[in-house]
Amino acid sequence: MHEELATQGLTVITVALDRAADAERWIAKAEPTHPSLVDEAHLVAERYGMVNVPTVVWIDEEGRIARPNDVAFTTDQGGKFAGVSTAEQMARLRRWVAGEEPAPEEGTAASAADRSPEAQAARAHFGLGWWLHERGSVEAANRQFARAGELAPGDFTIRRGTMRLRDADPFGPDFMEMVAGWLGAGNSYYLPLRD
Amino acid sequence: MATRSGMVAGVHTLTILDCGRPVEAAYRDDGDALRVPEAAVPKITGWKLEPHGLCRDDLCIPVRDESLATADGVSLAALAAALGRPLAVDRNEAAAYLGAPAAAQPAVVTGAMAPDFSLPDWRGGTGGLAEHRGRKVLLAAWASW
Repeated sequence: MHEELATQGLTVITVALDRAADAERWIAKAEPTHPSLVDEAHLVAERYGMVNVPTVVWIDEEGRIARPNDVAFTTDQGGKFAGVSTAEQMARLRRWVAGEEPAPEEGTAASAADRSPEAQAARAHFGLGWWLHERGSVEAANRQFARAGELAPGDFTIRRGTMRLRDADPFGPDFMEMVAGWLGAGNSYYLPLRD
Repeated sequence: MATRSGMVAGVHTLTILDCGRPVEAAYRDDGDALRVPEAAVPKITGWKLEPHGLCRDDLCIPVRDESLATADGVSLAALAAALGRPLAVDRNEAAAYLGAPAAAQPAVVTGAMAPDFSLPDWRGGTGGLAEHRGRKVLLAAWASW
Protein backbone atom coordinates (compact mmCIF):
# COMPACT_ATOMS: atom_id res chain seq x y z
CA MET A 1 0.00 0.00 0.00
CA HIS A 2 2.83 2.39 0.81
CA GLU A 3 4.55 1.86 -2.55
CA GLU A 4 1.28 2.34 -4.40
CA LEU A 5 0.26 5.56 -2.64
CA ALA A 6 3.79 6.96 -2.23
CA THR A 7 3.88 7.97 -5.89
CA GLN A 8 0.70 9.94 -5.30
CA GLY A 9 2.17 11.93 -2.41
CA LEU A 10 1.47 9.81 0.67
CA THR A 11 4.09 8.86 3.23
CA VAL A 12 3.25 6.08 5.64
CA ILE A 13 4.96 6.31 9.02
CA THR A 14 4.45 3.36 11.33
CA VAL A 15 5.09 3.69 15.05
CA ALA A 16 5.29 0.59 17.21
CA LEU A 17 4.15 1.21 20.81
CA ASP A 18 6.23 -1.71 21.89
CA ARG A 19 9.55 -2.96 23.14
CA ALA A 20 12.11 -2.76 20.33
CA ALA A 21 12.84 -6.49 20.56
CA ASP A 22 9.14 -7.38 20.16
CA ALA A 23 8.43 -4.90 17.38
CA GLU A 24 11.54 -5.61 15.36
CA ARG A 25 10.70 -9.27 14.93
CA TRP A 26 7.66 -8.17 12.94
CA ILE A 27 9.33 -5.25 11.20
CA ALA A 28 12.28 -7.35 10.01
CA LYS A 29 9.86 -9.80 8.36
CA ALA A 30 7.98 -7.02 6.59
CA GLU A 31 11.14 -5.17 5.50
CA PRO A 32 9.21 -1.93 5.13
CA THR A 33 10.41 0.81 2.77
CA HIS A 34 8.56 3.50 4.76
CA PRO A 35 9.79 5.00 8.05
CA SER A 36 9.17 2.31 10.64
CA LEU A 37 9.69 3.74 14.09
CA VAL A 38 9.75 2.17 17.54
CA ASP A 39 8.29 4.07 20.49
CA GLU A 40 9.13 2.14 23.65
CA ALA A 41 8.23 5.02 25.99
CA HIS A 42 4.87 5.66 24.22
CA LEU A 43 5.69 9.28 23.39
CA VAL A 44 3.43 9.25 20.33
CA ALA A 45 0.63 7.70 22.35
CA GLU A 46 0.90 10.58 24.80
CA ARG A 47 1.16 13.32 22.16
CA TYR A 48 -1.87 12.01 20.30
CA GLY A 49 -3.78 10.78 23.35
CA MET A 50 -3.87 7.26 21.89
CA VAL A 51 -5.46 4.54 24.02
CA ASN A 52 -5.23 1.47 21.79
CA VAL A 53 -3.78 0.10 18.59
CA PRO A 54 -4.15 -0.05 15.70
CA THR A 55 -4.73 3.69 15.44
CA VAL A 56 -4.24 5.83 12.33
CA VAL A 57 -4.06 9.60 11.98
CA TRP A 58 -4.20 11.41 8.64
CA ILE A 59 -1.91 14.44 8.50
CA ASP A 60 -2.05 16.92 5.62
CA GLU A 61 0.72 18.67 3.67
CA GLU A 62 0.75 21.55 6.18
CA GLY A 63 1.26 19.20 9.11
CA ARG A 64 -2.32 19.51 10.34
CA ILE A 65 -4.51 16.66 11.50
CA ALA A 66 -6.87 15.88 8.63
CA ARG A 67 -8.50 12.90 10.31
CA PRO A 68 -7.84 12.23 13.99
CA ASN A 69 -7.21 8.91 15.71
CA ASP A 70 -9.26 6.21 14.08
CA VAL A 71 -9.28 2.43 14.21
CA ALA A 72 -7.91 0.89 11.02
CA PHE A 73 -7.02 -2.67 10.24
CA THR A 74 -5.15 -4.08 7.30
CA THR A 75 -7.03 -7.36 7.51
CA ASP A 76 -10.75 -8.00 7.19
CA GLN A 77 -10.65 -10.19 10.28
CA GLY A 78 -9.33 -7.38 12.46
CA GLY A 79 -11.76 -4.92 10.90
CA LYS A 80 -14.71 -7.17 11.64
CA PHE A 81 -13.63 -7.44 15.27
CA ALA A 82 -13.52 -3.65 15.54
CA GLY A 83 -16.73 -3.14 13.56
CA VAL A 84 -15.08 -1.24 10.71
CA SER A 85 -14.86 -2.06 7.03
CA THR A 86 -11.25 -2.40 5.94
CA ALA A 87 -12.17 -2.05 2.25
CA GLU A 88 -14.16 1.11 2.89
CA GLN A 89 -11.29 2.59 4.92
CA MET A 90 -8.79 1.85 2.15
CA ALA A 91 -11.08 3.38 -0.46
CA ARG A 92 -11.47 6.49 1.67
CA LEU A 93 -7.72 6.77 2.14
CA ARG A 94 -7.16 6.49 -1.62
CA ARG A 95 -9.75 9.23 -2.24
CA TRP A 96 -8.08 11.49 0.33
CA VAL A 97 -4.65 10.99 -1.23
CA ALA A 98 -6.17 11.75 -4.66
CA GLY A 99 -7.72 14.91 -3.22
CA GLU A 100 -11.26 13.61 -3.69
CA GLU A 101 -12.19 12.93 -0.08
CA PRO A 102 -13.24 15.97 1.90
CA ALA A 103 -11.60 16.09 5.30
CA PRO A 104 -13.91 15.66 8.28
CA GLU A 105 -15.30 18.97 9.49
CA GLU A 106 -12.74 21.11 11.31
CA GLY A 107 -12.82 20.39 15.02
CA THR A 108 -13.97 16.78 14.58
CA ALA A 109 -12.54 15.11 17.65
CA ALA A 110 -11.13 11.61 17.96
CA SER A 111 -13.21 9.14 19.96
CA ALA A 112 -10.06 7.23 20.79
CA ALA A 113 -8.13 10.03 22.48
CA ASP A 114 -7.95 10.61 26.20
CA ARG A 115 -6.72 13.98 27.43
CA SER A 116 -8.19 13.79 30.92
CA PRO A 117 -6.07 14.56 34.01
CA GLU A 118 -6.39 10.87 34.94
CA ALA A 119 -5.00 9.86 31.53
CA GLN A 120 -2.05 12.21 31.95
CA ALA A 121 -1.44 10.89 35.46
CA ALA A 122 -1.58 7.34 34.11
CA ARG A 123 1.03 8.24 31.49
CA ALA A 124 3.30 9.64 34.21
CA HIS A 125 3.04 6.32 36.08
CA PHE A 126 3.66 4.43 32.84
CA GLY A 127 6.69 6.64 32.13
CA LEU A 128 8.15 5.96 35.57
CA GLY A 129 7.34 2.28 35.19
CA TRP A 130 9.11 2.01 31.85
CA TRP A 131 12.19 3.80 33.23
CA LEU A 132 12.26 1.45 36.24
CA HIS A 133 11.74 -1.58 34.02
CA GLU A 134 14.66 -0.61 31.81
CA ARG A 135 16.86 -0.31 34.91
CA GLY A 136 15.87 -3.79 35.99
CA SER A 137 13.58 -2.75 38.87
CA VAL A 138 10.84 -5.01 37.59
CA GLU A 139 8.65 -5.17 40.69
CA ALA A 140 8.77 -1.43 41.23
CA ALA A 141 7.95 -0.99 37.54
CA ASN A 142 4.96 -3.31 37.83
CA ARG A 143 3.54 -1.27 40.70
CA GLN A 144 3.68 1.82 38.48
CA PHE A 145 2.05 -0.03 35.57
CA ALA A 146 -0.71 -1.27 37.89
CA ARG A 147 -1.38 2.25 39.14
CA ALA A 148 -1.41 3.56 35.57
CA GLY A 149 -3.98 0.94 34.61
CA GLU A 150 -6.21 1.87 37.55
CA LEU A 151 -6.10 5.54 36.58
CA ALA A 152 -6.83 4.87 32.91
CA PRO A 153 -8.79 1.61 32.67
CA GLY A 154 -9.61 2.32 29.02
CA ASP A 155 -5.99 2.79 27.96
CA PHE A 156 -4.89 -0.49 26.42
CA THR A 157 -1.52 0.90 25.32
CA ILE A 158 -0.87 0.78 29.07
CA ARG A 159 -2.97 -2.15 30.27
CA ARG A 160 -2.31 -4.56 27.42
CA GLY A 161 0.91 -2.96 26.25
CA THR A 162 2.69 -3.69 29.54
CA MET A 163 1.55 -7.30 29.78
CA ARG A 164 4.74 -8.79 28.36
CA LEU A 165 6.75 -6.58 30.72
CA ARG A 166 4.71 -8.04 33.60
CA ASP A 167 5.15 -11.63 32.38
CA ALA A 168 1.51 -11.79 31.32
CA ASP A 169 0.29 -12.95 27.91
CA PRO A 170 -1.38 -10.16 25.87
CA PHE A 171 -3.26 -12.86 23.93
CA GLY A 172 -4.00 -15.09 26.91
CA PRO A 173 -6.48 -15.34 29.78
CA ASP A 174 -5.26 -12.12 31.44
CA PHE A 175 -6.15 -10.20 28.32
CA MET A 176 -9.50 -11.95 27.87
CA GLU A 177 -10.39 -11.14 31.46
CA MET A 178 -9.35 -7.52 31.03
CA VAL A 179 -11.46 -7.06 27.91
CA ALA A 180 -14.44 -8.91 29.38
CA GLY A 181 -14.35 -6.62 32.42
CA TRP A 182 -14.09 -3.53 30.27
CA LEU A 183 -16.87 -4.55 27.88
CA GLY A 184 -19.01 -5.83 30.76
CA ALA A 185 -19.00 -2.34 32.26
CA GLY A 186 -20.59 -1.07 29.05
CA ASN A 187 -17.46 0.18 27.27
CA SER A 188 -16.02 -0.40 23.81
CA TYR A 189 -12.62 -1.92 23.18
CA TYR A 190 -12.19 -0.07 19.88
CA LEU A 191 -13.41 3.46 19.33
CA PRO A 192 -13.81 4.22 15.60
CA LEU A 193 -14.09 7.87 14.55
CA ARG A 194 -17.70 9.02 14.42
CA ASP A 195 -18.10 11.32 11.44
CA MET B 1 19.13 23.97 57.38
CA ALA B 2 16.21 23.76 59.78
CA THR B 3 14.89 20.31 60.58
CA ARG B 4 11.48 19.10 61.57
CA SER B 5 10.76 16.22 63.88
CA GLY B 6 10.57 12.92 62.07
CA MET B 7 12.59 14.15 59.14
CA VAL B 8 15.14 11.85 57.61
CA ALA B 9 18.38 13.72 58.11
CA GLY B 10 20.28 12.37 55.10
CA VAL B 11 20.32 14.10 51.75
CA HIS B 12 20.21 11.76 48.76
CA THR B 13 19.86 12.01 45.03
CA LEU B 14 16.49 11.80 43.35
CA THR B 15 16.04 11.16 39.64
CA ILE B 16 13.19 13.23 38.27
CA LEU B 17 11.99 12.38 34.79
CA ASP B 18 10.69 15.59 33.27
CA CYS B 19 8.45 14.12 30.55
CA GLY B 20 11.06 11.37 30.28
CA ARG B 21 14.13 13.64 30.48
CA PRO B 22 16.15 12.58 33.54
CA VAL B 23 17.25 15.33 35.94
CA GLU B 24 19.07 14.59 39.17
CA ALA B 25 18.56 16.63 42.30
CA ALA B 26 19.41 16.34 45.96
CA TYR B 27 16.31 15.70 48.05
CA ARG B 28 14.99 15.08 51.52
CA ASP B 29 12.17 12.73 52.38
CA ASP B 30 10.46 14.02 55.51
CA GLY B 31 8.07 11.08 55.52
CA ASP B 32 5.38 13.28 54.08
CA ALA B 33 6.84 15.24 51.19
CA LEU B 34 9.86 14.80 48.98
CA ARG B 35 11.66 18.13 49.08
CA VAL B 36 14.21 19.39 46.59
CA PRO B 37 16.37 22.51 46.98
CA GLU B 38 14.75 25.66 45.68
CA ALA B 39 17.80 26.16 43.44
CA ALA B 40 17.00 22.87 41.63
CA VAL B 41 13.47 23.91 40.64
CA PRO B 42 14.47 25.69 37.38
CA LYS B 43 16.51 22.76 36.05
CA ILE B 44 13.69 20.35 36.88
CA THR B 45 10.74 22.39 35.59
CA GLY B 46 11.96 25.49 33.76
CA TRP B 47 10.11 27.59 36.39
CA LYS B 48 11.75 29.66 39.13
CA LEU B 49 10.33 30.26 42.56
CA GLU B 50 9.95 34.01 43.13
CA PRO B 51 8.31 35.88 46.03
CA HIS B 52 5.09 36.21 43.98
CA GLY B 53 4.95 32.65 42.69
CA LEU B 54 6.44 30.32 40.10
CA CYS B 55 7.75 32.33 37.17
CA ARG B 56 8.98 31.63 33.66
CA ASP B 57 9.73 34.48 31.24
CA ASP B 58 6.96 37.06 31.79
CA LEU B 59 4.53 34.56 33.25
CA CYS B 60 3.97 33.92 36.95
CA ILE B 61 1.68 31.40 38.63
CA PRO B 62 0.67 32.43 42.14
CA VAL B 63 1.46 29.77 44.74
CA ARG B 64 -1.30 29.44 47.32
CA ASP B 65 0.01 26.31 49.00
CA GLU B 66 2.13 27.60 51.88
CA SER B 67 3.72 24.19 52.39
CA LEU B 68 5.24 24.29 48.88
CA ALA B 69 8.45 25.96 50.00
CA THR B 70 9.82 25.59 53.52
CA ALA B 71 13.27 25.85 54.99
CA ASP B 72 13.67 22.16 54.07
CA GLY B 73 13.12 22.79 50.39
CA VAL B 74 10.35 22.66 47.82
CA SER B 75 7.76 19.91 47.96
CA LEU B 76 7.79 18.03 44.66
CA ALA B 77 4.10 17.11 44.96
CA ALA B 78 3.07 20.71 45.70
CA LEU B 79 5.27 21.91 42.84
CA ALA B 80 3.64 19.46 40.41
CA ALA B 81 0.17 20.48 41.62
CA ALA B 82 0.96 24.19 41.21
CA LEU B 83 2.07 23.54 37.62
CA GLY B 84 -0.90 21.28 36.91
CA ARG B 85 1.44 18.40 36.11
CA PRO B 86 0.92 14.76 37.13
CA LEU B 87 3.56 13.23 39.40
CA ALA B 88 4.43 9.59 39.90
CA VAL B 89 6.86 8.70 42.67
CA ASP B 90 8.70 5.61 43.83
CA ARG B 91 10.35 6.50 47.13
CA ASN B 92 12.35 3.27 47.43
CA GLU B 93 13.84 3.73 43.99
CA ALA B 94 14.35 7.49 44.54
CA ALA B 95 12.66 8.21 41.22
CA ALA B 96 9.82 10.42 40.11
CA TYR B 97 8.13 11.21 36.82
CA LEU B 98 6.76 14.65 36.18
CA GLY B 99 4.32 14.32 33.30
CA ALA B 100 2.93 16.78 30.81
CA PRO B 101 0.07 18.94 32.12
CA ALA B 102 -3.33 17.72 30.97
CA ALA B 103 -4.54 21.28 30.41
CA ALA B 104 -1.69 22.05 27.98
CA GLN B 105 -2.26 19.05 25.73
CA PRO B 106 -3.65 20.04 22.35
CA ALA B 107 -6.99 18.48 21.45
CA VAL B 108 -6.77 15.70 18.88
CA VAL B 109 -9.10 17.28 16.32
CA THR B 110 -9.08 17.99 12.61
CA GLY B 111 -7.32 21.25 11.82
CA ALA B 112 -5.00 21.09 14.85
CA MET B 113 -1.26 20.92 14.23
CA ALA B 114 -0.11 17.32 14.44
CA PRO B 115 2.42 16.98 17.27
CA ASP B 116 5.93 16.18 16.06
CA PHE B 117 8.13 13.43 17.46
CA SER B 118 11.55 11.93 16.94
CA LEU B 119 11.98 8.19 17.36
CA PRO B 120 14.48 5.51 16.41
CA ASP B 121 13.92 3.85 13.05
CA TRP B 122 14.41 0.08 12.91
CA ARG B 123 17.08 0.51 10.23
CA GLY B 124 19.03 2.85 12.49
CA GLY B 125 18.86 6.61 12.70
CA THR B 126 15.78 8.49 13.70
CA GLY B 127 12.54 9.50 12.07
CA GLY B 128 9.88 12.07 12.76
CA LEU B 129 6.96 13.89 11.28
CA ALA B 130 8.32 17.36 10.44
CA GLU B 131 10.64 16.12 7.69
CA HIS B 132 7.60 14.99 5.66
CA ARG B 133 5.97 18.42 5.52
CA GLY B 134 4.59 18.98 2.01
CA ARG B 135 3.32 15.41 1.71
CA LYS B 136 0.30 13.73 3.13
CA VAL B 137 1.16 11.39 5.99
CA LEU B 138 -0.61 8.33 7.30
CA LEU B 139 0.60 7.90 10.87
CA ALA B 140 -0.14 4.34 11.90
CA ALA B 141 0.43 3.19 15.49
CA TRP B 142 0.61 -0.56 15.99
CA ALA B 143 2.08 -3.09 18.39
CA SER B 144 2.88 -6.79 18.62
CA TRP B 145 0.73 -7.15 21.74
